[in-house]
Amino acid sequence: MEHPFAISLDVGTSLANLTGSWRTSRPVYVDRLPPCNNACPAGENIQAWLYHAESGDYEAAWRTLTADNPLPAVMGRVCYHPCENACNRAQVDEAVGINSVERFLGDEAIRNGWRFAPPLADSGKRVLVVGAGPSGLSAAYHLRRMGHAVEIHEAGPFAGGMMRFGIPKYRLPRDVLDAEINRITDLGVVMKLNTKVDRVVESMRAGRFDAAFLAVGAHIGKRSFIPAGSAAKILDAVSLLRSMEGEDKPLLGRRVVVYGGGNTAIDAARTAKRLGATEAIIVYRRTRDRMPAHDFEVEEALQEGIMMKWLSTIKRMDEGVLTVEKMQLDEKGFPQPTGEFETLETDSLVLALGQDVDLSPLDGVPGLVINDGVVQVAANMMTGYAGIFAGGDMVPSERTVTVAVGHGKKAARYIDAWLHGAVYAPPEKHEVASIDKLNAWYYADAPKTVRPMLEIARRQSTFEEVQGGLDETNALYEARRCLSCGNCFECDNCYGVCPDNAVIKLGPGQRFQFNYDYCKGCGVCAQECPCGAIAMVPEEI
Amino acid sequence: MLDATQKLHFYQKGTFTVGNRLVSDQKRAVQASIDRSNALTCGHRACQGCGEALGARYAMDAAMRATGGNLIAVNATGCLEVFTTPYPETSWQIPWLHSLFGNAAAVATGVAAAMRVKGRPEVRAIAQGGDGGTTDIGFGCLSGMFERNDDVLYICYDNEGYMNTGVQRSSATPPAARTATTPAMGPEPGNVFGTGKSMPKIAVAHGIPYVATATVADLHDLERKVTKAMSIHGARYLQIHVPCPLGWGSASHDTIRLARLAVECGLFPLFEAENGVVTGSQKIRRRVPVDDYLKPQRRFAHLFSTEEGRGRIGRLQRLADRNIAEYHLIDAEGDG
Repeated sequence: MEHPFAISLDVGTSLANLTGSWRTSRPVYVDRLPPCNNACPAGENIQAWLYHAESGDYEAAWRTLTADNPLPAVMGRVCYHPCENACNRAQVDEAVGINSVERFLGDEAIRNGWRFAPPLADSGKRVLVVGAGPSGLSAAYHLRRMGHAVEIHEAGPFAGGMMRFGIPKYRLPRDVLDAEINRITDLGVVMKLNTKVDRVVESMRAGRFDAAFLAVGAHIGKRSFIPAGSAAKILDAVSLLRSMEGEDKPLLGRRVVVYGGGNTAIDAARTAKRLGATEAIIVYRRTRDRMPAHDFEVEEALQEGIMMKWLSTIKRMDEGVLTVEKMQLDEKGFPQPTGEFETLETDSLVLALGQDVDLSPLDGVPGLVINDGVVQVAANMMTGYAGIFAGGDMVPSERTVTVAVGHGKKAARYIDAWLHGAVYAPPEKHEVASIDKLNAWYYADAPKTVRPMLEIARRQSTFEEVQGGLDETNALYEARRCLSCGNCFECDNCYGVCPDNAVIKLGPGQRFQFNYDYCKGCGVCAQECPCGAIAMVPEEI
Repeated sequence: MLDATQKLHFYQKGTFTVGNRLVSDQKRAVQASIDRSNALTCGHRACQGCGEALGARYAMDAAMRATGGNLIAVNATGCLEVFTTPYPETSWQIPWLHSLFGNAAAVATGVAAAMRVKGRPEVRAIAQGGDGGTTDIGFGCLSGMFERNDDVLYICYDNEGYMNTGVQRSSATPPAARTATTPAMGPEPGNVFGTGKSMPKIAVAHGIPYVATATVADLHDLERKVTKAMSIHGARYLQIHVPCPLGWGSASHDTIRLARLAVECGLFPLFEAENGVVTGSQKIRRRVPVDDYLKPQRRFAHLFSTEEGRGRIGRLQRLADRNIAEYHLIDAEGDG
């Protein structure tokens, strides 16, 4: 080829120059574990369902959510949302209202009649689930979706367990609970009510079950010996809450004292108030900051006019009068008696001193170990008797609906593997996407959406739901507050900020790829990734 | 407050990021597009984390979109020219010319005139160079281009020194910065606290149709300014702040972070002017002290080791404060 004067080479492209050889460390795309997912006792993939919700695809969001937890409308009302406590956004402005979006999705599903996909094939295996509470329902749901035939034997007249007999209506309306339970039985889970299992091994044999999951709730109120006159009216909180589900509402009188400091004590006092008590007083032996009840519930109770009497123990009850001893905290924070007494007028005393599990179905099962009133289980949720698994309130753990649902899912996976003669190996957890892995500068400021609350007067006299839900607009807004910690949300930052044009955009939903032929390893992409989904790893040189 | 926020179409993840899967392509940055021109493509020999390579692609891709691909770029001598075109390779995927260090503005004027003569007025000319080729060596040609109101957008990639030749001082080097020619020694370590030379202000003083400053840390703002500049005929000037890991002694991954901190501390104000009048500025989002910007750069390390150094940081802070007041970088309420 003829070249102009002083030109001896044709123009070439710099693409011939593979600058990737300069690199000493390389960026890699990672999926880190969002703190919310890490904190969720039910093992929900929260970041993933918020990802769908924020694009307005609520059904996809709900389906992702219910892959782990079949009760989102219940969860969105009664969960104590440890996810929100862990949320990285709390360090930017306020935590994402995960719980309120969950409730919105659950309510949307009920409103639109979304149903679960039936199992693809039947396994031919039969599993007995004892107890139709959150843990039993969760296990039944997951086992059924894995293709097993599942029968729930429930001792009570209704399904729901402690969700129905322990959580008042003003926190969990029963039509919501029924809708979510019905969706599980629609999958083909057989629900046998009023069917108490007395001997689990015999029930298994009689029903030709291959495995059993025991999920009996802690519905026996603990009694404390309080000397009482013959006319003193003493009842326990669990019985009080359970009787609210029957025809005859309990008669408590005008003045009601509740003894205890847990969530059940709060529920009992708020229920008493709604039943017409002019005075509902919670007596607790320690102080507010040491109460096991959740602070927002204490706050809501105080708003409704519930009174609190701290540092007090009840010594005896006579007709209409309680004798109370003042306490003081020692250096270790334990309450110690002071010898000072006072009296408190009351018509009835409700004991909320903790609950026990009825372990009678386990009588005579060989190999079981029971400590402190709960069944010991191995890491795979199996008791000492092969094929009998247990979860929820009856195993050593925190007793919440969410934990119970998580147990149900976990047990279902191990039961499924056990039925196939295999061992379920949980996938390894990814590194947690802590706030230092994020570049929060990229997130716009946005305060949390506040959920509407029922007015006080109606909270004191009716059992209407106290906390309202979000509508579509603010649920979408709230979902979009998610930072997507540790998981690419296709913001194009890496693609944009690379000085070497060494990031390949693969198109919507396909994420990105590094072009290691040209990537010099500068690390700008990792530094500027808002959600911490890129890690720099040293090259082997 | 809450209602007002919620009435906005809220896409918090896309407000500052390059793209956003929830909005239409038109609302995303040019850089988010699979079809961006990549005017400056792979294989160039800029250092790791080069701010100038990034700034040049940002600006040229935006200009390519704005002109429908009818664009010719003229380059002054400097890093950008050297690392993109080692003979016989080129990283440019647009028509591109290089002549001398100081005459880019004049050459671009010629390109614009040639296109006019050829009856191709839709083909637009951009001149570009570093701060050395702009504020020092090319200053005369540039001022002439301004004063004649030639139809050229001149882009200065400001990395605050002659980096290609070994980090010498330019008239855009900030006070106290250590360079090869202003070592950190003696009674006045680093660059002198001179009177300063603000090229954007000089451009404003020419009364040309459009002047703006931009940064690689705010892509949306940068692309908007390039697009606006290309919608105007006559002389236009854009100065883009482009951190230089080599010359500044900073980590290669901190390039955009430093550019952001320069804006957030007030040392690099983002503003626009039309026909000699400043028309607006970008507010500081989260104000930081100048220390946050200076500390990650080795060229300022000497400031942090002595009492006198602390005093000089105070002087730099006063420069930042003056910019904040002059360009109204913080809302009157004071929270930015």
